[in-house]
Amino acid sequence: MRDLYGRFGGGLATIFLSLVLVWLAAMVLAPNLMMIDYALRPNLPPAQIGGPQDVRSLDNFLYLANEGVHRAIFLKTIWASALVAALTLVVCYPIAFWMAQRATPGQLAVALMLVIIPFFINEVLRTLAWFILLAYRGPLNAVLQGIELIDTPIRWQGNGGVLAGMVYAYILFMLLPIYNAIESLDKSQVEAARDLGASTVRIHRRVVIPHAKAGIATGCVFTFMLAAGSYVAPALLGSPGSRWFTEIIYNWFFEGGDWNRGAAYALTLLVLCLAVVLATLRIARVNLTDVAK
Amino acid sequence: MTPDRIFRGLFVLYLLAFVAYLFAPLLIMSVAAFNESRFPTVIPWQGTTLQWFSAMWADAAMWKALGTSAIVAVLVVLVALPVGTAAALVLTTLHARARSFAYAVMVSPLLTPGVVIGISTLILWRQVGVGGGIALIVVAQTTFIICYVMLMVMARLQRFDRTQEEAALGLGASKLMVFRRVLLPFLRPALLASGGLAILQSVENYNTTLFVRGFETPLTVFIATKVRTGLTPAVNALALVIIAATVIGAVAYEVARRRQLTRQPRS
Repeated sequence: MRDLYGRFGGGLATIFLSLVLVWLAAMVLAPNLMMIDYALRPNLPPAQIGGPQDVRSLDNFLYLANEGVHRAIFLKTIWASALVAALTLVVCYPIAFWMAQRATPGQLAVALMLVIIPFFINEVLRTLAWFILLAYRGPLNAVLQGIELIDTPIRWQGNGGVLAGMVYAYILFMLLPIYNAIESLDKSQVEAARDLGASTVRIHRRVVIPHAKAGIATGCVFTFMLAAGSYVAPALLGSPGSRWFTEIIYNWFFEGGDWNRGAAYALTLLVLCLAVVLATLRIARVNLTDVAK
Repeated sequence: MTPDRIFRGLFVLYLLAFVAYLFAPLLIMSVAAFNESRFPTVIPWQGTTLQWFSAMWADAAMWKALGTSAIVAVLVVLVALPVGTAAALVLTTLHARARSFAYAVMVSPLLTPGVVIGISTLILWRQVGVGGGIALIVVAQTTFIICYVMLMVMARLQRFDRTQEEAALGLGASKLMVFRRVLLPFLRPALLASGGLAILQSVENYNTTLFVRGFETPLTVFIATKVRTGLTPAVNALALVIIAATVIGAVAYEVARRRQLTRQPRS
């Protein structure tokens, strides 16, 4: 604090400090505290707010725990997000390894550009692209029927569509951290392992993956979090049978009209995400400072 | 064939499949903008047309959505750049232990799901009677976009040589002047880059915006609503224009960055 004033002088330092404090207090801290308060209170008509019935309780959370459909959707969202992270990892790992260890500088430059371009395009448009591709009478079904792999069109919309769209949407968040991690692995280590007779599988299991652990953890954490909090992909690529927890939250706010219950649901999602993030980082012994790069 | 060559062949196939996975959806979406069919698709091809581009051009709602997104993006940049820069400067002058705590607090919005940021902002501001609308969209978006600005400015600050400041002070400059004439010019590339990133993040945001939009319809909400209520290739035409603009912007940015790198190889 004294350094700040010493370096920039009273006027500037005060401006900097107040900007940061306003941000943290009014935009980061206060909204979350207010959300917690909302989640603990019952949904009452305006006249009764502050009245005898307006007491804090865990009722809104218990409602989620006891309401079978919502609980099932919540649990499904968790494991489906984990599945998205796992699938994205499987898809990205070979590419990341190739980019970091095998590609020539020219190939690497092209590869990086090809990977990054789709991610400059916004998530709604990318999801729209999948919506068109997976349509019942769309190109994918037409091609599959054309090569006579299937007789009748497949209804992709639903769990399959959501999964495909999400893996697609979060590839970059998985690929870049793993690529960065593997890139720092000395090529001679892989060669040494091979010279000593290790199989390809063994090289990856004992040399590459342990080295890339931090990158893999970072990628998984981000993918999981983005998937669990996603609204576009389930809304556009899903079906009534594949509802996502964020859609339930949205309904409490804009259709059910019960903001308190919606706040409790949102808070549950937030706590779950933070718990998964912190647990994964601890297991992989990654520092928070290294994550947000 | 040796197993090694089979393996390599398989991997090349995998690479090609990966590239196809990345680009086929975007390609199909773009090409469908030229198909006469009322539902956007490429099979069957019912004739090539530019009518969807003129339909998009004539869509007043689209222009309104674009305008809303543009206003929001400008306001977001105006708020996020100063606050993000201030956050980076405050953070770098803190002592080690305080710094890691402050850092965790300051990046926490990045670890919060977008819908939760939208919801908590909406709830807080209802208490003081402010409902969803442009102002709340800006507030909710800047909450996390500030983090990106902060991280980019911090990355640049790490390469700043403090002796430059001391030299300027020794030559009689005031602290305000040192900041304006030494530090700010040094941070300029990072500020430009994070300004660009902030615009991109703002325009493409959907999850957070959805909850605080009130009766406003920014571009992403406009597109998502179209998909559900009546998708025509006019949306594809719009998508193609946006894709072209983003790709051109990205390439221009990359070219500018490389030029910057070759001009000052030491920094």
